[in-house]
Amino acid sequence: MRAVMTVIGPDRVGIIAGVSGLLAEKNVNILDLSQTIMGGIFTMMLLVDTAGANCSFEALRDAIDAWGGENGLSMRIQREDTFSAMHRI
Amino acid sequence: MLDRSDILETLAMIDQQHLDIRTITMGISLRDCADPSLKRCGEKIYEKICRRADKLVETGRAIELEYGIPIVNKRISVTPVALVAESCEGGNVADLARALDRAAAECGVNFIGGYSALVHKGATPGDLRLIDSIPEALSDTELVCSSVNVATTRAGINMDAVARMGRIVKETAARTADRDGLGCAKLVVFANAVEDNPFMAGAFHGVGEADCVINVGVSGPGVVYHALKEVRGEPFDLVAETVKRTAFRVTRMGQMVARAASERLGVPFGVVDLSLAPTPAVGDSVARILEEMGLEVCGTHGTTAALALLNDAVKKGGVMASSHVGGLSGAFIPVSEDEGMIAAAERGTLALDKLEAMTCVCSVGLDMIAVPGDTPAETISAIIADEAAIGVVNHKTTAVRLIPAPGKTVGDRVEFGGLLGSAPVMPVHPESAAAFVARGGRIPAPMQSLKN
Repeated sequence: MRAVMTVIGPDRVGIIAGVSGLLAEKNVNILDLSQTIMGGIFTMMLLVDTAGANCSFEALRDAIDAWGGENGLSMRIQREDTFSAMHRI
Repeated sequence: MLDRSDILETLAMIDQQHLDIRTITMGISLRDCADPSLKRCGEKIYEKICRRADKLVETGRAIELEYGIPIVNKRISVTPVALVAESCEGGNVADLARALDRAAAECGVNFIGGYSALVHKGATPGDLRLIDSIPEALSDTELVCSSVNVATTRAGINMDAVARMGRIVKETAARTADRDGLGCAKLVVFANAVEDNPFMAGAFHGVGEADCVINVGVSGPGVVYHALKEVRGEPFDLVAETVKRTAFRVTRMGQMVARAASERLGVPFGVVDLSLAPTPAVGDSVARILEEMGLEVCGTHGTTAALALLNDAVKKGGVMASSHVGGLSGAFIPVSEDEGMIAAAERGTLALDKLEAMTCVCSVGLDMIAVPGDTPAETISAIIADEAAIGVVNHKTTAVRLIPAPGKTVGDRVEFGGLLGSAPVMPVHPESAAAFVARGGRIPAPMQSLKN
């Protein structure tokens, strides 16, 4: 399943390393990644494939929530369909 | 990869503007549950609902998790119980409401609708038995919702049923007096009721429907309000365009969720209901949308025009986003469930007469309005008749969900909690309509009915 992951929060060293490490640990493949600083806020979006994940989607979501909480970042993961349904015809 | 701003826009809609799927409602036919034994009928009802809906809540939660969009309610609607119970001999028909309640609790849904009768032209003994049991059914159950259709454009208005429903509303309030008449919040009197409405309290599964179906109701007043803030002061052409664009996006979410739920449950998809359904939360109000268009307070002059534009633009935007649109589809104006409506009513700007005018141009009708506890049954019947007339003549659904709050009067408040909210008690005209209601009979169908 293809999902969009968003990471938003104060910028600091090591966010990309941490996020990609977390995804690698869960065996989630990153398909595309875009990152910028918007108004001083670190904003990253990843398109990932969870087909090979070694845990359930719920467990993955919980792990992402927990990591985001520990690092002061707002992190979400949702099916890609949520965004394509709204913005693509 | 999707556009970054699109992703952020969707997240803002969900996180800050209260975008949600208001309900996934599973419609279940109970036509195969009829039985001469009322007890056996209740058992069949319980068994069928539990069999059909056992995965509904679990599936709703899984969709919520994966798609990251809140699904506020999971509900069930059933065949009008008066039809199912017609052949039951003896016994207390309210026992079937208790069977519905147990089944709903077992499935974990928020509400179950369909303790209903369709009496727009006349009532059978089974219909009358069910209607008379409504106060007991609603006071003795938690999750059951009831509705009665008393008029259609084709049949006119059954004034005997209208008179009876005034008394039933009063009796329901009296039996739930300890909860401010909460039973009445679960009772809707309809004109032109629709068969695929996913919203409560008026949902039932129509006789023209399949055995089991999934209908989805979307929401999103907060999203529309936010979008209109961006076009403040601009002409109405742009206002309408903005509402349409927003409604399209909101409805696409509904269509996506409906398709996912239908596939996972192995149940056909019925309709997406395009309604703008408010909640008592700040930022999720239909009244505030109307005020954003330039009205100082909802209910002042201009409110009906603003609502007409909103209601029409929501439909135009939404209809292209879904393969099947149905249900009530339009803007809801339930007073106690809308933070802005509550504020406008408390200020005295929004009155019952203005609300009645507003129901001419939006979906449903006089909804979740608390009136004084000593309001006579005949006055409630007369209010029902007025609303039914609006529906019948304008070929639209209208409804009345009034709460004559026991022991309360103008200036008091009623508190229902949760999505049902709270409401100030609003005044009704003190002059009597008793002689009007006592006439009985039928108000004939209007010329609009003669379309063949």
